[in-house]
Amino acid sequence: MKTKKAKFITNMVTYGVLILLFVVLTVMINNKSISRTLKGQLIPICSWIVMAISLNLVVGISGELSLGHAGFMSIGAFTGIITSGWLLNGFQMEDPTLRLLLAIVAGGLVAGFAGAVIGIPVLRLRGDYLAIVTLAFGEIIKNVMNCVYVSTEGTLLHWGFLNGNLPGTLLLNGPMGAVKVKTIATFTAGFILVMFSLVVVLNLINSRSGRAIMAARDNRIAAEAMGINITKYKMMAFVTASVLAGMAGALYGLSMATLLPTKFSFNESINVLVFVVLGGIGNIPGSIVSAAALTILPEKLRFLQNYRMLAYAIVLILVMVLGNNPLMKAMWRKLIPGRNKEQSGEEMRA
Amino acid sequence: MIFLSNLVNGISLGSIYAIIALGYTMVYGIAKMLNFAHGDVIMVGAFITLCAAQYWNLPPFLAVLVAMLVCTVLGMTIEKLAYKPLRQATSLAVLITAIGMSYLLQNTALLIWGANPKIFPSLFSLDAIRLFDGQLIIKPETLITIVANIIIMVALTLFIARTKMGKAMRCVSEDRGAAELMGINVNSTISVTFAIGSALAAIAGLLLCSSYPMLQPTTGSMPGIKAFTAAVFGGIGSIPGAMIGGVLLGIIEILGKAYVSTELGDAIVFAVLIIVLLVRPTGLLGKPIREKV
Repeated sequence: MKTKKAKFITNMVTYGVLILLFVVLTVMINNKSISRTLKGQLIPICSWIVMAISLNLVVGISGELSLGHAGFMSIGAFTGIITSGWLLNGFQMEDPTLRLLLAIVAGGLVAGFAGAVIGIPVLRLRGDYLAIVTLAFGEIIKNVMNCVYVSTEGTLLHWGFLNGNLPGTLLLNGPMGAVKVKTIATFTAGFILVMFSLVVVLNLINSRSGRAIMAARDNRIAAEAMGINITKYKMMAFVTASVLAGMAGALYGLSMATLLPTKFSFNESINVLVFVVLGGIGNIPGSIVSAAALTILPEKLRFLQNYRMLAYAIVLILVMVLGNNPLMKAMWRKLIPGRNKEQSGEEMRA
Repeated sequence: MIFLSNLVNGISLGSIYAIIALGYTMVYGIAKMLNFAHGDVIMVGAFITLCAAQYWNLPPFLAVLVAMLVCTVLGMTIEKLAYKPLRQATSLAVLITAIGMSYLLQNTALLIWGANPKIFPSLFSLDAIRLFDGQLIIKPETLITIVANIIIMVALTLFIARTKMGKAMRCVSEDRGAAELMGINVNSTISVTFAIGSALAAIAGLLLCSSYPMLQPTTGSMPGIKAFTAAVFGGIGSIPGAMIGGVLLGIIEILGKAYVSTELGDAIVFAVLIIVLLVRPTGLLGKPIREKV
């Protein structure tokens, strides 16, 4: 068990390192000393970091395996795109910053609402059954998004389900997804969103509610006997995570010119889960590091050409197998003194 | 008549799901892990069958035998290299390893066979059966799939109930520690389970690609997810549950696509799963979870 002071220091270091990184990257962008591929990846990296933080809240802190997290990202992304397009076409709101802010808030709210609706049935189940139902919801969201058409005409929004004959300009075109999106997302907005979700999640963990959530994870029956309302606290974690995932989705959606509903498939949910597990379950700074590293890694492996994803798969398996090898674990402990007493260190926790 | 034809197609698709679901459910029952790479073993099986039939000109029966052999070896190797070292690890670590394995198989297949979809030739040269004055046409693939499913079910049920290995499997799934104390070799039992599951995956690969003749490295993933859903639907860990879950899921999918909406077919399948799990939280035939304080 970490002391309160150690936790505080870890959190402050996390904030500090992030702010420092942001300043360095902004200077590098202004100096144009950053490669174009990395620059293009900065906003997606921010949204994947937020996704990893929010999924870690569900998987690590609340202890429920969710395999459909990309579904909330999808809802957030398309809500964000609709909001932004509607504000621009219907209300002539030219200011991109305000539009982005409203789009992210709308994405978070709608995804949070979906999370509440889905959470009520899902959180009644346990273990692998819960996991499969989240997977099912993720697939349903993907499938339904494939059939939704939205258009704007003046200040009006038209909806169509399986029917694309709508007046005005189409914002969402069924299986074709969103096209000609005005990319208004910026790296600064992404950084602010990362900081926001970090503040929300770290404060939640270190609060009375956070301790209740973790108690429910560690021993459901004991927690219930202590008078903790299990459903309430599990819902709290689940809905918070959905809101953050929706916000990440809105940011992601508004950084891409085109976006297909099939983008947010089971594979993306799994990818985020990989970030969380490799970063350390329940370890928020670890999630940030692994989400950033694993988004950049496939790009850096481009020189391997066709062997790129093969190499990624092998790295993934090796890290899991070697990381759980008792001999290797003992070696880590010797290399990093004090690690067996205190579970700290982010990068090393693979 | 159209309804009857849809129903037969549904049972046929469901039979494929059932055979795949068996692999998931057996592995889950014994090793307590979700083997996400199972869907990709199907794909490998289908590719091997295709190669054996096209390049070596083997008859379909022999081709699928070759595929079963390759898949059995593949399944056992995967278990030895990736899952066995993680017996004591958390279930999430095993899950991620299985996902890594799935990526590995898909990308290896991509390198060997390329990304372009291959047309799977019709390997069964039988005539379609015409019933009711030709109003109901049953394709040979459909019939063979259903028959194969019934044979596999009977054989597997007998194997689990009557043989010594089957008994060992039941013991290991009941209580691994106690089974070990009784002198059962847990490692070899798990190995045999993976071998059977992978051999069945090869058969499923042939049947799947005979009915839906497009083969590419990602072919296995969606049927894999649906079969996994079917296994949960019937109660994961239960063999008759996998059978019932698979067939029901196939019927729901085909009827949903035919009568409700083609685009929403998958959504209907998953919605039914959610409703079933809400009424029966451990699936149709699953054992209720006992809670001890």
